[in-house]
Amino acid sequence: MSASEFPGPGLTPDQWEHIQSLAKAISPEQALWLSGYFAGVRDAERREAGRPALAPNIPVGRPAAAASVDERRLTILFGSETGNSRALAQALSGAAREAGRQPTVVDIADYKTRALRDEQDLLIVVSTYGEGDPPQGAADFFEFLDSRKAPKLPDLRFAVLALGDSTYERYCEAGKRLDRRLEELGATRIQPRVDCDVDYDEPAAAWTADIIAKIAKQSGANGAAATVLADAPHVAGPASPALYDKRNPFPATVLENLVLTGRGSTKETRHVELSLEGSGLIYEPGDALGLMPKNDPQLVEILLAALKLDGSAPVEIKGRASTIAEAFESGFEISAATPRFLEHWAKLSGADQLARLAGEEATAERTAFLRQNHVVDIVRAYPVAGLEAQALVAGLRPLQPRLYSIASSLAAAPEEAHLTVSTVRYDLNGEPRSGVASGHLAARATPDATLPVYVQANPHFRLPTDDRPIIMIGAGTGVAPYRAFLQEREARGAEGRNWLFFGERNFRSDFLYQTEWQGWLKDKLLTRMDVAFSRDRATKVYVQDKLRAQAKEVFAWLEQGGHVYVCGDAAHLAPDVHESLIGVVQDQGGVARDAAEEYVRNLQRDHRYQRDVY
Amino acid sequence: MTETSHPAVDRSRDISQPLDRLGPDETLKATSDQLRGTIALGLLDEITGSVTPEDNKLMKFHGIYMQDDRDIRDERRRQKLEPAYTFMIRVRMPGGVCSPAQWLKLDELARAYGGDTIRLTTRQTVQFHWVLKENLRPTIQKLHEALLDSIAACGDVPRGVMCSVDPRLSRLHAQVYAAASRTSAHAIPNQRAYHEIWYGEERVATSEPEEPFFGRQYLPRKFKIGFVIPPSNDIDVYTQDLGFIAIAEAGELKGFDVSIGGGMGRTDQAPETYPRLADVVGFIPAEKVLAATDAVMSVQRDYGDRTNRAHARFKYTIDDKGLGWIKAEIERRMGFAFEPARPFSFRSNGDEFGWVEGEDGLWHHTLFIENGRVIDHGEKRLMDGLREIARVHKGAFRLTPNQNLCISDVAPEDRPRIDALLSEYGLVETRSALRLNSIACVALPTCALAMAESERYLPTLIDRIESILDAHGLREEPITIRMSGCPNGCSRPYVAEIGLSGRAPGKYNLYLGGGFHGQRLNKMHLENVGEQKILETLDEIIGRYAAERGADERFGDFAIRAGYVPEVTEGRFFNA
Repeated sequence: MSASEFPGPGLTPDQWEHIQSLAKAISPEQALWLSGYFAGVRDAERREAGRPALAPNIPVGRPAAAASVDERRLTILFGSETGNSRALAQALSGAAREAGRQPTVVDIADYKTRALRDEQDLLIVVSTYGEGDPPQGAADFFEFLDSRKAPKLPDLRFAVLALGDSTYERYCEAGKRLDRRLEELGATRIQPRVDCDVDYDEPAAAWTADIIAKIAKQSGANGAAATVLADAPHVAGPASPALYDKRNPFPATVLENLVLTGRGSTKETRHVELSLEGSGLIYEPGDALGLMPKNDPQLVEILLAALKLDGSAPVEIKGRASTIAEAFESGFEISAATPRFLEHWAKLSGADQLARLAGEEATAERTAFLRQNHVVDIVRAYPVAGLEAQALVAGLRPLQPRLYSIASSLAAAPEEAHLTVSTVRYDLNGEPRSGVASGHLAARATPDATLPVYVQANPHFRLPTDDRPIIMIGAGTGVAPYRAFLQEREARGAEGRNWLFFGERNFRSDFLYQTEWQGWLKDKLLTRMDVAFSRDRATKVYVQDKLRAQAKEVFAWLEQGGHVYVCGDAAHLAPDVHESLIGVVQDQGGVARDAAEEYVRNLQRDHRYQRDVY
Repeated sequence: MTETSHPAVDRSRDISQPLDRLGPDETLKATSDQLRGTIALGLLDEITGSVTPEDNKLMKFHGIYMQDDRDIRDERRRQKLEPAYTFMIRVRMPGGVCSPAQWLKLDELARAYGGDTIRLTTRQTVQFHWVLKENLRPTIQKLHEALLDSIAACGDVPRGVMCSVDPRLSRLHAQVYAAASRTSAHAIPNQRAYHEIWYGEERVATSEPEEPFFGRQYLPRKFKIGFVIPPSNDIDVYTQDLGFIAIAEAGELKGFDVSIGGGMGRTDQAPETYPRLADVVGFIPAEKVLAATDAVMSVQRDYGDRTNRAHARFKYTIDDKGLGWIKAEIERRMGFAFEPARPFSFRSNGDEFGWVEGEDGLWHHTLFIENGRVIDHGEKRLMDGLREIARVHKGAFRLTPNQNLCISDVAPEDRPRIDALLSEYGLVETRSALRLNSIACVALPTCALAMAESERYLPTLIDRIESILDAHGLREEPITIRMSGCPNGCSRPYVAEIGLSGRAPGKYNLYLGGGFHGQRLNKMHLENVGEQKILETLDEIIGRYAAERGADERFGDFAIRAGYVPEVTEGRFFNA
């Protein structure tokens, strides 16, 4: 669907016709200018009126507002998995406007690669996902850029802000790839790439300030325009800015916390209901809830003992005085160790073994070591005499929120968010260990306790229009968003057909939300459901096998405009289902492998094949 | 039904009426395509471990009951999981006789699909519990390999045919058992549906009616047939719809006295329902057994109440129409009259334990199996022990009507080997006479009807009653005690000297005065009481029994003489 097919909100047919004829008459550059112009006018009016202007009158005055916009085209691309890059791109866009530039913000997933040769200034914010992969949806762009089809870009100026997680070995790889490749294609780097860890706020802000200073100066920003356009609304900004967000999470009260998995299960999966009452937080089906956990107080004690530190020892965190016990509980990751911690501890302890592991060449060995040794194991094995608490925390990674796909719809559970959480428990070095957030939920999130939460939008995982059929594929806790989807579609009276593929280990104990699906099947909201329980029989059956077994019907649904969703494990489920889908198209469409791949790629491009995998 | 209707007989509630005037189960049966229903389709449904309520009713005719683990029903509801559905499969085993090879197959299936346990029933067969839906077909197919099936083990059909075990009278047993086995094969439905659904056989197109005897509606209710060899009344012949009492001369079978109209089931707070003991109507020669069976069953088929299942058993048909009329109708259908009943006498309805020698010189060992539960428990490894015995045993096994097991037809030289295995697996122990004469039904957690515990509780209750018996020196006095988790009476509690039927968790009705060899119904003494009240009451009565009983006076007889309960002479007076 192109933009011109889409009538804007509240426009009369007459107005719409005017706009369409205008759109046909002007050049792309003029259109870009106009969009900035309207944004500025609308914002100015809103500030004058003290309220948002919903149905804009077409203004005729103030042409000077955009007259001196820099002639160089500025595009901000973002590639986002969880929304962090998107948010940073929007902040960057705002800052660019303040500096007199007229940026266009585009998701890499939606970017038309043929436009690349016409770009002039290109700023990229991109996150890395899994083992060095670009965000899903961005794969096409990366492939194109690496291919022979990629154009030479001698006139392009660019800068890359890379987001990643240093606990992974191929840290910020997607950003590094783009940075390297654009240079190879002849483009000019405006400023060096910055790689941000999960604690990205400060380095990202610094990179943004630097680049704005450079592009503003070089483009000669016009003061008047900057004034008019200050605080311009973000092009792709959220509809209603929430009071509570990642930096200021809402203390949600636990309403219910029960184990979904029945007796004899090989795992423990929980259903947690949280109250959002009074928060003003809203979300859409498909969104995630960010949850800030605390570390297990027992682990805090164990670690303090291993370090021979007194819990009351003072530390300063971002300028705030605290104690080491408090810092361990709610300030830092104290379970898994990062390469940075390894390096840090190697210096503190002077241990040759650690120094060698921290070295450039020891990548594989380091990964293996970190898998087998948490912070507590390392400090026990390489003790440091007379350790200063402050010196220790400098090497630790700030405690990060965890994201969970929301398993409810506000239409069915107003002012609530439900989560489906698998408790991570395992033994390491002879001791029981547990996941930080899932352990917190399992052990300490009793009803009436509160948990700091925020909503993390997931625009790449959205229900289609009500009439479209959807095929939902999930394993384990990956079924969570589908509960939200069905609740939503039930509340909306959506007529589109719904087909759920669910996989887990054992039918008897692990059929998550079984009675709810049964109810929806009975009510015919759920048109079909296929299940695969891998450990009930000698031969293992998975959802991708069920998908293949229903190839004819699956293909029919696709041909009828169906949307496909995949949620769950990234390492196995997602690629296996992907392969099954290609197989389905190949068999049922009677086409060759490459045509089937193209078919599936087109589904992705049309946002009819969306994934939320982790 | 070609029978001409009797002008004096009320036909307003029987099969002569259109379906809309009968109970809903009649329509279900009539429209089930001869018990096929949607069973085969339901087995393929992977979203649930259950089958539809309609298919569940039809599956009973296939010997299968859907149940769920009631212990965790509520827990699973909160977990958004459906109840833990499992199925019970009741095997058809006429007279309780099975070969060691068949036992090994049963053992294998119990370990593979039945939760490592086998239950011996009060009708001389085995039940598997805990069978998952997906394991039904494999279980039944493997039973088939051992020439066993579960056809008509439940449902509105003639159930498993019982036969006295009596190991001493080897020659007579062989003849009576043969009659029982023949009757079972003759009486059960053809049930093509069973072969199609469970064995995967093709449906055969035919213009003949599938069930010439049963039609589309089968019987109004279950129908129980049993063969008994006096002086043992181990099968409780008076509780059977149709009983054959073996009459022998010089060890040679001559024929049977026929008894009709027994049945235990009743409903609490419904005085129009009651247990009833069978009436002996006369003697028939041995070769007339099948003719008599057809005649009796067809009378019940044609005149039984099909509007109200609580009033559908043959016993009510008899009391409604009159015993004389029913007897005449049976004789008309047989084409000959009953001869006068021959005399016989019973001594007990219990089992004799340990080794006994049959008249043919072979030996038989009856093993006490508390409440029929075959399971490994600590030192006492019944499952493993019986498997090992089955591996070496050359004779047969006979399951007794008291849920015990007889290792039968052992040559004298093979006895030591069996003895060694019995002691190796901890199966040799002494028990009080009360415990040896106890029966409990399955009840919780699997039986959907149970209102209170039975099999899991009776052993504990007996421990406590044993203390009372010890205090009064009566440990070796045989007294029958039977417990059921609900009023339906699978353990035949209403002929016990001490009967208990469950009303609610921990609460039972206490019945006293039953006849020691099953010849007299008991009577409710206390209603809806807990353990403490039961023990206090028994302590007093047992105390007086010890002090005041006459020579050879049975506990049930004493309870009546001492005035604790009045004697019940007919089922109709059970609730009076």
